[in-house]
Amino acid sequence: MKYVSEFRDPVLVERGLEGIRRTITRPWVLMEICGGQTHAIVRSGLDQLLPPEIELVHGPGCPVCVTPLEQIDKALAIASRPEVIFTSYGDMLRVPGSGKDLFGVRAAGGDVRVVYSPLDAVRLAEDHPDRQVVFFAIGFETTAPANAMSVLQAHAKGLKNFSVLVSHVRVPPAIRAILGSPTNRVQGFLAAGHVCAVMGYWEYLSIAESFRTPVVVTGFEPLDIVQGILATVRQLEKGRHFAENAYSRVVTEEGNRPAQGIIQRVFKEIDRKWRGIGTIPMSGWGLADEFEAFDAERRFQVEDIAPNESPLCIAGQILQGMKRPHDCSAFGGACTPEHPLGATMVSSEGACAAYYRYGQ
Amino acid sequence: MCLGVPGKIVEIYQADGLRMGRVDFGGVQREACLEYVPEAQLGDYTVIHVGFAISRLSEEEALTSLEILREIVNLEEETRTDVRGGELA
Repeated sequence: MKYVSEFRDPVLVERGLEGIRRTITRPWVLMEICGGQTHAIVRSGLDQLLPPEIELVHGPGCPVCVTPLEQIDKALAIASRPEVIFTSYGDMLRVPGSGKDLFGVRAAGGDVRVVYSPLDAVRLAEDHPDRQVVFFAIGFETTAPANAMSVLQAHAKGLKNFSVLVSHVRVPPAIRAILGSPTNRVQGFLAAGHVCAVMGYWEYLSIAESFRTPVVVTGFEPLDIVQGILATVRQLEKGRHFAENAYSRVVTEEGNRPAQGIIQRVFKEIDRKWRGIGTIPMSGWGLADEFEAFDAERRFQVEDIAPNESPLCIAGQILQGMKRPHDCSAFGGACTPEHPLGATMVSSEGACAAYYRYGQ
Repeated sequence: MCLGVPGKIVEIYQADGLRMGRVDFGGVQREACLEYVPEAQLGDYTVIHVGFAISRLSEEEALTSLEILREIVNLEEETRTDVRGGELA
């Protein structure tokens, strides 16, 4: 496929790796924020090919992993109501809540449906005026433009039976929280390419400067990742720290302005709890006051439910790069993709699932 | 959820007041909302996320980044050869 196969070219990847080997003189700890990149790295075996001086730690960029248990429990409560058609991205269905998951709700008779695009959920609401259609609007900045548009469309159509359960998170506050932690080991960041496609990377200029840490916008193909790592290592070896774009075919510094405009209209910045990590100030988006009529939490009056997390699961430490999947006593035993204890074992972007699937 | 492969826009139309299109991913076609890439035209490649195009791919930048990588490594190889040559001489 065009723009895909070129960036998987093993000859060029090897050249990039050689470039890294020649540049590096001492150990460096790099974090790839995005779980999609974690999977790409482990699947392609890049982690085995990089020089031993590079330690890659996996970041919190797995949307279903960081969606707080309380929100999943609210989703389960709403989805169990007989008048509700509950719609979600497919990844979310097997993420364990306190008691069960959305598949469990469906098995018990709940109407839970997977949608590809949030616009599909709006169409469902049009087609079923007698039902309440709820969309689980989760994700990072990549899904926000789509999720925001679904609210605008429902608003424009005057739909009274559509609402969204919002659990949006943003990357820059998470990077600040990681770099500001007294236990932080990360010396350079691979910023998530598609988050930056939407938001640009202007927000990272000040992060790189104030934390004196390179931040390199990186894509998802093996060659993209090698280029991102090479750029980061070059900066580190020269003692430099700035925001750099190693994914320029997709990302510009200003990002996608039309998408940012719709996000700003539909959402407002709020404090958000991250599963396993805790509350990060102003790290999420909730519905703006103008659109609060579409807020499923208000419509269905779901209370905060006291959550019940598995005591064995160390997903929080894995999401912050403090531990690896193999450090978990439950990995591959009590916790597998078929019977996950934590979301990192479920998602196609979770670190535990990547290690399990690719046999690391 | 944050993975998105580039697809080629093969059809553009309006539906429900939105700019929509059909996008071809190596033979598999899907509908996508093109509202966020107003500049994208037929034949352009875009990155699609959950049914929305979020970025128009720059062919120029794609070729440049491939070229830069080729050149950088070549340069380093040449430099190394020169050094070795110098030592031998």
